[in-house]
Amino acid sequence: MVNETPVTAAGLDPESAWWLGVLAETGPRREAALARLHELLVRVARAEVARRGPRVRITGPELDDLACQAAADALMAITGKLGQFRGESRFTTWACKFAIFEVSAKLGRHFWRHPAVPLDAEDWDRLPDRFGFDPAQEAEWRDLAAALRRAVDEELTARQRQVFVAIVLNGVPLDALVLELGSNRNAIYKVLFDARRKLRSVLVANGYLRDDSSRNS
Amino acid sequence: MNDWPALDDFLRTDPRDVGCAQAMEMLHVYVELVAAGGPAEQRYPGIAAHLRACGPCGEDFEGLLAAVRGEAD
Repeated sequence: MVNETPVTAAGLDPESAWWLGVLAETGPRREAALARLHELLVRVARAEVARRGPRVRITGPELDDLACQAAADALMAITGKLGQFRGESRFTTWACKFAIFEVSAKLGRHFWRHPAVPLDAEDWDRLPDRFGFDPAQEAEWRDLAAALRRAVDEELTARQRQVFVAIVLNGVPLDALVLELGSNRNAIYKVLFDARRKLRSVLVANGYLRDDSSRNS
Repeated sequence: MNDWPALDDFLRTDPRDVGCAQAMEMLHVYVELVAAGGPAEQRYPGIAAHLRACGPCGEDFEGLLAAVRGEAD
């Protein structure tokens, strides 16, 4: 796995340097800058919840509350992490990232207020819809679905199976599952990544999928 | 053998995929490069691979890109 994190920081642009300087001060200039930054974060968080709102079934005041809370938490995260800003982007882009992350986390939390399915259910009937299987080809994909189910049962670890079932069969958003399992996005993604690789390998070995592993993306 | 493109795409993994932690850490840099029309995928192939495969990080990428473009308007 390649590390794509630069180890050297680029020079600061004047606006970013101004933000860093004023936020390191004490007094009214800093307070004014914080207010300006907060305005930006609220604007970004509101736009983001509006963009995602239709898919997460939240509307009206609840959505706006979520955006305002995300902006407030993002501001707190930013002020606590100023020393981590390395000048690789504009300061405001780096800051807006926290607002986006907070929106994601809060939407994940919201899922469990109205969960559609229990975490441990196994809704294999969702599989055809989930992967766009054509009803006209049911005779063929039933065989594939049975092979996939067998592989899930026999090849995956308990943790891989739990994550696969929750995300793929039960439609639990990954960020919501992260909260439920007390984990983090990276760890759950890695579990699912390993499960995907293992399942594909089994389906290829048994002739259900083509072996073209040299293909990337 | 039949073609099941959606299932095949979902199960297919890219060894260049850097994972969520590194993609999230570098998201602001990657987004600015995309917004500027730069060669983001060539410069950061592992992040590009990750954003294609990870729904939540892909959403965060789209959101931050929209924010950066909106602020520039």
